[in-house]
Amino acid sequence: MSIEYIISQLINGLRLGSVYAMVAIGYSIVYGILRLINFAHGDILTVGAYTALTLMVAFGYPLWLVIILSIIISVAMGLLIERVAYRPLRNAREETTLVSSLAVSAFLQNLITMVFSEQRKAFQLPDWLTEIHTYGIVKLSTMNIIIFATTIFLLIFLSIIMKKTRIGMAMRACSDNQRAAALMGININVVVAVAFMIGSALAGLAGIMLAGEYKTVDPAMGFAPGLKAFVAAVLGGIGSLGGAVLGGFILGIAEMAFAGLLPTSITPYRDAMVFVLLILVLLVKPNGILGSDEGGRS
Amino acid sequence: MRLRDNNVFRFWSFVGIPLMIIIIACFHQGGYYTHLINTFGIYIILVASLNLVNGFSGMFSMGHAAFMAIGAYVSAYFTLPTDIKYSFLPGLPHWLKDIQLPFLAAMLLGSIAAMLVALVVGFCVLRMKGHYLSVATLGLIVIVRSVLDNQDSITNGARGITGLPDHAVTWTIFFVAVVVMYILHRTIRSGFGRELIAIRDDTVAARTMGINVTKYRVLIFAMSAFFAGAGGALWGHLQSVISGKFYYYDMSFKIVQTSIIGGVYTLSGSIVGSLFMTFVPEFLSPLESGLQIFGVQLPEMYGLSNLIMAAFLVVLIIFRRQGLVGYSENIVNSIFSPDVYKAAVSPKEYKKLLGIIASKFTRLLHKKDNKS
Repeated sequence: MSIEYIISQLINGLRLGSVYAMVAIGYSIVYGILRLINFAHGDILTVGAYTALTLMVAFGYPLWLVIILSIIISVAMGLLIERVAYRPLRNAREETTLVSSLAVSAFLQNLITMVFSEQRKAFQLPDWLTEIHTYGIVKLSTMNIIIFATTIFLLIFLSIIMKKTRIGMAMRACSDNQRAAALMGININVVVAVAFMIGSALAGLAGIMLAGEYKTVDPAMGFAPGLKAFVAAVLGGIGSLGGAVLGGFILGIAEMAFAGLLPTSITPYRDAMVFVLLILVLLVKPNGILGSDEGGRS
Repeated sequence: MRLRDNNVFRFWSFVGIPLMIIIIACFHQGGYYTHLINTFGIYIILVASLNLVNGFSGMFSMGHAAFMAIGAYVSAYFTLPTDIKYSFLPGLPHWLKDIQLPFLAAMLLGSIAAMLVALVVGFCVLRMKGHYLSVATLGLIVIVRSVLDNQDSITNGARGITGLPDHAVTWTIFFVAVVVMYILHRTIRSGFGRELIAIRDDTVAARTMGINVTKYRVLIFAMSAFFAGAGGALWGHLQSVISGKFYYYDMSFKIVQTSIIGGVYTLSGSIVGSLFMTFVPEFLSPLESGLQIFGVQLPEMYGLSNLIMAAFLVVLIIFRRQGLVGYSENIVNSIFSPDVYKAAVSPKEYKKLLGIIASKFTRLLHKKDNKS
């Protein structure tokens, strides 16, 4: 096993990890405030990818416009879902909202199937994005560099928003104690809407990236990354931004390590390994790696 | 007296007529509606056992498909013809290849295997609460699936096992369903069941009263897995083909969905939910293939029936969170109450029923009079 191979696997892991991290941030913010596992989050990713596909193929818009419009549509979809399916359930038990999100996820998947058919469709990003650059032993495509840079930029940007701005403070207050926050005059609906906006925007972007990575889209494409991103969020400590990113990278690297570095007889078990890892981490640290003390074990 | 409290009414609507339909189905094996009724029966087992965990003990498991898969595969090892086992499953030990058991025994062994796995998993996982448990059980599905897909020598890999003998006929399914329902019904009304409900309603208080929460959770999880294994075995023998992809997220989600639609807090909810989820999508499916309504040709819309069901689920959760049945255990109570059966043969009770119906009618007429 050469050092180049290990490095290329590491880069693959980081690339996968940054997509997971982006989706995981959305899960984490929403969970922090609403205590809701939003299973439909993965399907927002699909919505983003399909919107981009439609805009590129049918209308032939330039890439920057496509990305902006897809993000706007993803955000609109996220807000709509929140308004219709989650807001009426604000005071329900955790499990009720969980099932509601499952239903929304099924709804979106079937809607996309109905509109675009179940078949995989080709998704081609412009050539300059997939071009490969070589730096010594490290090989990177333009796409990879953009994905890394975006993830790191977004993490810093979001941390600043969370730490410094009024809305960020309101969001942190809500995830600490929603009732107290409401009593202090924070408008919970606005906070939740902003959380969904941020999450959906990131998911839409991640959808385009993932579609560009795999070069195809299909109606169920968001489900597995969505679930893994959730695992990443739990792994890192759900409710914390840094935790989501850390969890995303750990998961991405672990998955690539299971796939590439272990003997081939174990490789097919990589999805199982991800969950075994999750269960082990939760047994040792019930609130995730960077999680707060509250919650977790009973 | 309300209509639904009348024993004759309860007998006919919850025991008599369903029983007749099941008996008719028994004599029409292989028909389309018989298949639906069989599916309905298996769903009752699966959903009722899920309600035991999700509704009565306050955990939220989504891993039912994993236990179904274990039940299905293990029971299949005991019912498959020997030559199939020799050619497709070379990894099995020799005694297992040669053995052939009657279906119910095989099913029992499958259930026990599922229960043992649940015991082991439960010790690790059930210390987590709420969402963490849900995710861990989802993980269990993934783990079981990858074992099934990759242990080629004992599971035939992702191709699955075909040619399971069709032991799951209507009477077997409903026999098992009634037995499962009876056991669950008695469990819930026993002291054990009361303690479970105490844990659900207030874990801290229950612990203060001296209930060993973890032990009870593990036990109930194992019990639920036992019945899920039975359901999985029946499912496998009904479809006559088993493979990892049948026992994946979709399956688990569908069971969770059914249990929520019917009502998670009762066993009756599992019956109503299963009825709803088996038959309504079937009636919606013509819509997908482009139905003609009043001379207007609707376009083909693949996925429409699932879409409608999902939308319905969201609406139901928002407006009737406790499910269709809510908190009434009338159906299951009627099935297992001796009074109901006695009433079926006593003319006095029929007279009462007539009285109730007559009074309903007169009230209806009066209402109309008032309006006009």
